Amino acid sequence: MKFTRKSKVSTKIPTASLPDIIFMLLIFFMVATVFKQFSGLKVSLPDAELVKKIPGSKRHVVTIWIDRNNQVVCDDYQVDKLPNLRNVLYEKRVTDPQIIIAMKVDKDATMGIVNDVQQEMRKADALRVNYSAIPGVF
Amino acid sequence: MIIGKRREQSTEIPMASLPDIVFLLLIFFLVTTTIDAEKGLDLVLPPAQSDMLEVSKKNLTNLLINAVGEVAIDGERVEIRDITRIIKESLQKNPLLIVSVKTDKLTPYDVYIDVIDKLKKAEAKRISLAEPEEN
Repeated sequence: MKFTRKSKVSTKIPTASLPDIIFMLLIFFMVATVFKQFSGLKVSLPDAELVKKIPGSKRHVVTIWIDRNNQVVCDDYQVDKLPNLRNVLYEKRVTDPQIIIAMKVDKDATMGIVNDVQQEMRKADALRVNYSAIPGVF
Repeated sequence: MIIGKRREQSTEIPMASLPDIVFLLLIFFLVTTTIDAEKGLDLVLPPAQSDMLEVSKKNLTNLLINAVGEVAIDGERVEIRDITRIIKESLQKNPLLIVSVKTDKLTPYDVYIDVIDKLKKAEAKRISLAEPEEN
């Protein structure tokens, strides 16, 4: 029985373009990274069926957390008096007119506080809301 | 005066460690990036009181949610799972229908989200939030 002879073709993988590939990945991740992250409040989000991704970049998203003890946090600002929220939102709206408010509300919260926050949002003319929810199967 | 001869030294920047540096940066950005897109239900709030719109009664459906999470459409008590069907039927009769959602102070938030979800499922584009009663 004859075995085929090992071919003498060199089997090196060309690594000359490796830096280019890595650069491409690097640029992707640099663009995709948003450093602004807030700790917010601990909430357990409700389920919903027809959830959609927030359109556009994360840079336009302002997050408002409301937990079950009626605490309200807007990005990095702990709201102690609700009328202050209006000014905070208004300033954000002036610097970036296309903000979207992501509402992260605990599912055990009541609508009283949510309505109050929404009234402030309306007065600050920040009208685009996105109620954060977990995609659930029904 | 002796002027020193120019040395014939090569002035190239060493490129051999470039991939290592780029790798390091890449790993840094990989770790700091969070790709989890925020997901949720979109809604546009009605503008503030000053520019209120008059809506004719026949284009308006009132959807009330009370403190224990019971739902009524135009005064009739309905189950949450029937909302989609009822609103879809009404929308077929009148495509300009506006659904006005009104909640109590003690309405649980997850019931509200459930109702909004059902309205979205019925393809109700015009959802309005009623002014909460002041007292």
